[in-house]
Amino acid sequence: MKKENEKSLYSYYLKRIKKEKRHIFIWQISIFLLFIALWELTSRYHIIDPLLFSSPAKVISLLSEKLIDGSLLKHLVITLGETLIGFFIGTILGIGIATVLWLSEKTAKISDPYLVILNAMPKVALGPILIVALGPGYLSIIMMGAIISVIITALVVYAGFNDVDDQYQKVLKSFGASKWQCFKEAIFPATLPTMISTLKVNVGLSWVGVIVGEFLVSNNGLGYLIIYGFQVFDFTLVMLSLVIIAIFAALMYQVVEYIEKWLMKHTH
Amino acid sequence: MSFITLKNVSHTYFSKAGYTRAIEEVNMTVEKGEFIAIIGSSGCGKSTILSSIARLLEPTKGDILVNGNPIHHEKPSIGYMLQQDYLFPWKTILENILLGPKINQSLDNLAVEEARNLLKEVQLSHTEDNYPASLSGGMRQRAALVRTLMTNPDILLFDEPFASLDYVTKLKLENTVSDMTKQYHKTTILVTHDLGEAISMSDKIILMKSNPGKIAKAFSVPEVLRKETPFFVRRNPAYQSIFDEIWNHLNDDPSLTAERRTVIEKGK
Repeated sequence: MKKENEKSLYSYYLKRIKKEKRHIFIWQISIFLLFIALWELTSRYHIIDPLLFSSPAKVISLLSEKLIDGSLLKHLVITLGETLIGFFIGTILGIGIATVLWLSEKTAKISDPYLVILNAMPKVALGPILIVALGPGYLSIIMMGAIISVIITALVVYAGFNDVDDQYQKVLKSFGASKWQCFKEAIFPATLPTMISTLKVNVGLSWVGVIVGEFLVSNNGLGYLIIYGFQVFDFTLVMLSLVIIAIFAALMYQVVEYIEKWLMKHTH
Repeated sequence: MSFITLKNVSHTYFSKAGYTRAIEEVNMTVEKGEFIAIIGSSGCGKSTILSSIARLLEPTKGDILVNGNPIHHEKPSIGYMLQQDYLFPWKTILENILLGPKINQSLDNLAVEEARNLLKEVQLSHTEDNYPASLSGGMRQRAALVRTLMTNPDILLFDEPFASLDYVTKLKLENTVSDMTKQYHKTTILVTHDLGEAISMSDKIILMKSNPGKIAKAFSVPEVLRKETPFFVRRNPAYQSIFDEIWNHLNDDPSLTAERRTVIEKGK
């Protein structure tokens, strides 16, 4: 009898959770639809300037037009590729620098003021120099996506390495472990959660670097579409590019989050 | 010739603020297969002695000899067990236990088999693929003990390994450790706050006083108690008499029970 009762309470509990989830989802969808409807209506009745703010209907019709002639896909692939490569270079190089700093305390102390200055410097300001040095092409844009995240990654990950409890190293050293073995067995795996959270930040940063890079040089990519739309006063094109960037940046973030969950599940 | 000899060993810690003398003129000998307990209030340099035998730090003065040779020539293998288990949370129990062989590059099927046998001996066979987080405190400390024994160390160093456990678990683990060190005829040095634990496990008790850490007196545990398991030692009439002897000694000398007072002497 009691068991029966617990069972029904449990199914009631599950139902309640499901209901709450549905409730939240309905709210989220409603806000989105309301926003789109408001945008469309205010634009149509000229409450906001349709020339400047475009409208959802115009954005969608431009989207289908650009999808059919294939030109959007080309720009998207280019920007996405640059962002991914920049993201990987920035992250891997950053973690690499942090590793070198950890392995040699002296190097860390010597390079400290330089890292502080480089970190404080707005990286996009280096854009023109990069373009002069590497040429006005994909390479400069990718480097923009990379340098924007490399120093902050190095600093955050290095701090993470130093935060690892010394006692783990004590255990390894009592077995006679070398500094590299301590790094491999304790320092690196203990810092994985920190590294994942820098990945999340770097996803956003790389988009910033690449879009600014495309503003400066490119004749391809979503950043170029924004600048082009701005110059010819086609704000429907600007809005369309923004929507696409928002969708793909969010997707990349989701992928990183998925990787995080997978890693945590398989290592803890 | 004794197995381990400490000859006039002193150690001073240096920091920017000044220097602290941790131990001064410590002389002691440990025979092969002997179980030594070091007791004293915090700040008496107990852990400094362990760390210098583990070669994790080099004493500023004095010699540590193993079989009559300097310890850094003899390089005895060390099993160091800390106050907390410090099992690596991202490794399974089996992987944790195989850490020593992995560091020494002696990881093979034989080592895995040995690890499984030891796990069986401490009733942890069923946990070999689990992560440490899913084990209780006592189970984790037992796993840490197996990890310590895996490299078949010449010297076992225990730095208050039972301090973080509840009383019942602690008593059980004392028995396990005592059985295993006797069975494998290990030379062991145990650092502890707990007088009862020291008497019930060891052959010889070294009482230290602090500021700076010096040996105050050494006590020999009666033969009748040495053969018993820790649990039964506590019920033996001889236990009370040696407990009282050490206890009276502690009360007569106020410097023995003095709280830690970090003495930092300013450099000139």
